[in-house]
Amino acid sequence: MIRRFLQAGVVALLLMQSVALAATSPRSGITYAGADVRALQADDFANPGMLWVARGEKLWSTPAGRNNKACASCHQEAASSMKGVAARYPRIDTATGKVINIEGRINTCRERNQAADPLQYESEELLALTAYVAHQSRGMPVAVVADAANRPHLERGREIYYRRQGQMNLACVNCHEQNAGRKLLAETISEGHGNAYPAYRLEWQATGSLHRRLRACYFGVRAVMPAFGSDELLDLELYLARRATGLTVETPGVRR
Amino acid sequence: MRRFYRNARRTWCIAAFGAVAGCAALVPPEPLPAFTVAGDAIPVPLVQAAGDSARGRTVMAGRDANCLLCHAIPESGERFMGNVAPPLSGVGARLSSAQLRLRVVDQSRLNRDTVMPSYYRVNGLTRVAEAYRGKPILTAQQVEDVVAYLQTLR
Ligand code: HEC
Ligand code: HEC
Repeated sequence: MIRRFLQAGVVALLLMQSVALAATSPRSGITYAGADVRALQADDFANPGMLWVARGEKLWSTPAGRNNKACASCHQEAASSMKGVAARYPRIDTATGKVINIEGRINTCRERNQAADPLQYESEELLALTAYVAHQSRGMPVAVVADAANRPHLERGREIYYRRQGQMNLACVNCHEQNAGRKLLAETISEGHGNAYPAYRLEWQATGSLHRRLRACYFGVRAVMPAFGSDELLDLELYLARRATGLTVETPGVRR
Repeated sequence: MRRFYRNARRTWCIAAFGAVAGCAALVPPEPLPAFTVAGDAIPVPLVQAAGDSARGRTVMAGRDANCLLCHAIPESGERFMGNVAPPLSGVGARLSSAQLRLRVVDQSRLNRDTVMPSYYRVNGLTRVAEAYRGKPILTAQQVEDVVAYLQTLR
């Protein structure tokens, strides 16, 4: 009896620990970047990601869909209504019980409120709107809180993070925790946080979503890549957000 | 890095194939020709033809093996080399061909937690992208070539 109780206690402790925060404070990817990249991100006039933010600002007040409504029709000024949103996302969508990120929320609004078709992942429009919304939280601390509703998804995201995969047989943790700060060929491995996305990558010559970045990591280890917006990438995005507690939103980040 | 994270259109076809090929993952891959591990080494070469160190040097920097992602080699001429793993200078003096062979074939037999990929192994891997599924990273001949090159690092 006592033994059972103890066992249950240990299991509970393990569960708690598994979504608990790292003991050391996290470091943003930008702190691993070279001076040129840091300078680009820091200067709004030079940061190429700001082009997507500017496009998003236009789209925010452009009516779309059969209801002929713009985002601004319901949410007015993004500077106040969207402030802090990206810091709390992704969240559990109460309608579906699944994880929803900003891209997903934008598309839900389009379908339910604007009567418009959802935007394609990585389309210029969706990237611009996502960057614009997330930018309203720039400088705010990432604050995804673990609760009963998101816990199974956090657990799943954590499992994926620790799972070796692909022909190279590597897990996220092998690079981003065990080897952060070391060089993989020419690239300095960071702690792999998602707080700067959508971000402009010099290699892409474009702004891209966190899911695009994550797929690049899957591709690098020669693993089957989950689809954009898939449950797998959403659970991982949620776990990464929780893991990034202590960092601030940087959107639009600049990366190599 | 650009090679490692080639992100262009190929990404799309692999994703598309990956989705279709989900069931193929259940079929275990063809086993590789057997080899014998003795202690921390594989004493008998995987193929009869001797390894060619010049070819091995090319394989090391090539996009299949990508050893330089993690390791540095002593000679100059490479612009970028990683430091995730110990530099390989002097490794040919420290380790015999037989020992080097096991390290290239399957370092995880020596260190379960290693980050070094197993270059001649198809079992025990999960979620391998369709294009690579069931194939070792290197052929037996390439392993021998790499071992021949590593032997020259004294
Ligand atoms: C073989 C090494 C390796 C593995 C395994 C790997 N990554 Fe990465 N990852 C990198 C490199 C290199 C970069 C680019 C440099 C950087 O920002 O860390 C990167 C970038 C990232 C970034 C962007 C960080 C930023 O600030 O822009 C995130 C997020 C990320 N990885 C998450 C993951 C996740 C989640 C996994 C597992 C599904 C994973 N990575 C697996 C090497 C790896
Ligand atoms: C993703 C990282 C990575 C890659 C890629 C990689 N290695 Fe390694 N390698 C390591 C690490 C880390 C070690 C240290 C031993 C350990 O951790 O198991 C190691 C150890 C070795 C050793 C033993 C060194 C010694 O002094 O004992 C040899 C030899 C070696 N690697 C050769 C290669 C060759 C040849 C290739 C490519 C065909 C390669 N490695 C690719 C990470 C890597």
